[in-house]
Amino acid sequence: MNASEQPTETFSIVVYSENKAGVLHRVTTSFTRRKINIESLTVSESEIAGIHRYTIVVELTEDMANKVVAAIEKQIDVQKAFWYRESEIIYREIAMYKMRAELLSEGSPALDIVDQNNARIVSAEKEFAIVQKTGRREATQKLFEELKPFGILEFVRSGRIAISKRMKELKDYLAELDVASAR
Amino acid sequence: MSTPTQTEPSHPPQQTNSRITGAEAVVRSLIAEDVDLLFGYPGGAIMPVYDELYKYQEQLHHVLVRHEQGATHAAQGFARASGRVGVCIATSGPAATNLLTGIADAMIDSTPIVCITGQVPKHLLGTDAFQETDVMGITIPVTKWSYQVTEAEEIPEVFAKAFYVAASGRPGPVVIDITKNAQFGELDFSYEKCTVVNSYVPRPSIDAEAIQQAADLINQAERPFILFGQGIILSEAEAIFQQLVEKTGIPSAWTIMGLSALDTDHPLNVGMLGMHGNYGPNIMTSQCDVMIAIGMRFDDRVTGNVGKFANQAKVIHIEIDKAEIDKNVKTDVAIHGDAGEAMTALLPLLENKQHDQWLAQFKAADEKEFEKVIKDETEPTSEELTMGEAIKKLNHLTNGEAIIVTDVGQHQMIACRYAEFKQSKSNITSGGLGTMGFCLPAAIGAKLGAPQRQVVAVVGDGGFQMTVEELGVILQTEVDVKILLLNNEFLGMVRQWQQLFFDRRYSATEMINPDFQLIAQAYGIASERVAERNGLDAAMQRMVEHDGAYLLEVMVGKENNVFPMVPAGAAVSDIRLE
Repeated sequence: MNASEQPTETFSIVVYSENKAGVLHRVTTSFTRRKINIESLTVSESEIAGIHRYTIVVELTEDMANKVVAAIEKQIDVQKAFWYRESEIIYREIAMYKMRAELLSEGSPALDIVDQNNARIVSAEKEFAIVQKTGRREATQKLFEELKPFGILEFVRSGRIAISKRMKELKDYLAELDVASAR
Repeated sequence: MSTPTQTEPSHPPQQTNSRITGAEAVVRSLIAEDVDLLFGYPGGAIMPVYDELYKYQEQLHHVLVRHEQGATHAAQGFARASGRVGVCIATSGPAATNLLTGIADAMIDSTPIVCITGQVPKHLLGTDAFQETDVMGITIPVTKWSYQVTEAEEIPEVFAKAFYVAASGRPGPVVIDITKNAQFGELDFSYEKCTVVNSYVPRPSIDAEAIQQAADLINQAERPFILFGQGIILSEAEAIFQQLVEKTGIPSAWTIMGLSALDTDHPLNVGMLGMHGNYGPNIMTSQCDVMIAIGMRFDDRVTGNVGKFANQAKVIHIEIDKAEIDKNVKTDVAIHGDAGEAMTALLPLLENKQHDQWLAQFKAADEKEFEKVIKDETEPTSEELTMGEAIKKLNHLTNGEAIIVTDVGQHQMIACRYAEFKQSKSNITSGGLGTMGFCLPAAIGAKLGAPQRQVVAVVGDGGFQMTVEELGVILQTEVDVKILLLNNEFLGMVRQWQQLFFDRRYSATEMINPDFQLIAQAYGIASERVAERNGLDAAMQRMVEHDGAYLLEVMVGKENNVFPMVPAGAAVSDIRLE
């Protein structure tokens, strides 16, 4: 198939880098210069001290995913970059919904919805309560739609975090790179 | 009499510890990297370093440019002519933004330069202080690496990494932004060159299997075709490349960045690829059965319509930058690595061959091109002078041994098409970015980078005026650059497109020019203007033989066009001869 005819798909791009000022800019520049919109971006520590992990969700073709990952990986401060299809990863987002406390009182319809969606109340204050839901975007969105008629004071959803199903560990990739860079 | 153990050297060696300022550490780091020349322009936020440059002027010569853009281009010219890292230095804010064009040019043309910028003190970062600009933010997209130094202690390690990154792998520009407090701060200085950067792989191992696959394809090929680029020059692999070409008998064509890697009169050098390249290489792109691309990146000016580019051929791509593999043209065999190393592995597996019939097709195309294009350009019968005849005369007078630095536009294409080269690192041009104004400062840098060589700046009247202020460097530093100004009183390439594709609507392309002779005179540069054929030879000879800089202005036909031409969006095989 011709590269320009490929369909776009959701890709999770995972980048490992040193934790230095400016790396995020170098990573995002690889998308913005190609006018690729970032759907979500999460940065955290990884299992290796000093190495940060970016999870970036984008909608693009496989051909473009290859090019963007190559452009990111060649940045000096970036260790490794991968792209994954949805089937190759376990992924989650976390959402929080702030509502008036009385709407979530015992036996209320909104509380039933919270229970049915396997969400939970993580904070109950005098005036408000916070509902938390972890899952894929569709699940957190479904809960949003269902709670919306009752009145949501504030809503937030995190970027995606994703773990790959592959068994090769980051430290093994880095060990290979150590050998190669010392050449 | 003192014992040897008690004597102290008058200048402490660089490796020993001593408490010095960050500014001095900058200068000593440069000296430790064997830098003896840098291009720059002083200003507030870099003054402590300039104060040290004053003290170290015996060891480190500073060339004062007239605009910071000139500093980057001069550093590029220096790097391209010498094979060393070019260095430039400027202050913060507007000086840093002025460097940007040259940095972007160095990025796309893989030129190793290190750019040092001053920055406001750390405590003022982000306050919109006087002459503060977000140097990291604006340079990240156009640098191979960049770093902001805010503490003096960081300087030696950052400089070592900067020089290593700039020169290794696929070379490129590095920016070091140094806050003023870090220049004033103190550190215990010791310098160690960088030889490895975590996870950065500048010399990937060559995949033996890919080499074998490539060798099999090449050995079986009936119509193999080599496209070569600057990767050969950057890898200093010209000799092994020539051996490979001669052993396999494969016709070889170049990108303008690869020009001069193989002698232009080599029988297997079939000429220039791309939009204004030679007829043969462009049409044979659609005839070859195996294409071997070495150290080039399939720029759109080389491929034309990439969807119609060499679809019939098996493509082998030897390339050090993994991100270039399969970026523009899908490869059948990718050899990720240094061009020289890859060819060294490949050469013993290749069979001795000749491809006489195939080569004859190139020759036939050459003859057609000569009749339709080259004859009129280089041996014109019209009254007007042409750019092509000027370049031919230059070849003759310099014996093809000069470094030719070009700007961007018609004169650049004509110079690349007709200049003759007998040694590498001789063609210096702004290939990828197409930066008008590149020529004059780059030629100054080239001359200082290769002082034993004749350097000729071939420039148009448009681009000359973009950085004409750098004549001040020629005046002050006495740089022996010959300037061949091909004046058609038009922005010729744009005018050509307007003629061909915009119904001759010459929108903003006609130039009312100053008297360039008076400009040369103002800068104390010997000069003359020639407008007639019978004066050209002697004038050119006077320029070449003149002791010192010289400006020769050649008035050429105003509305001449560069042919052949691949129209934008067309397949290269649809190249037009007229």
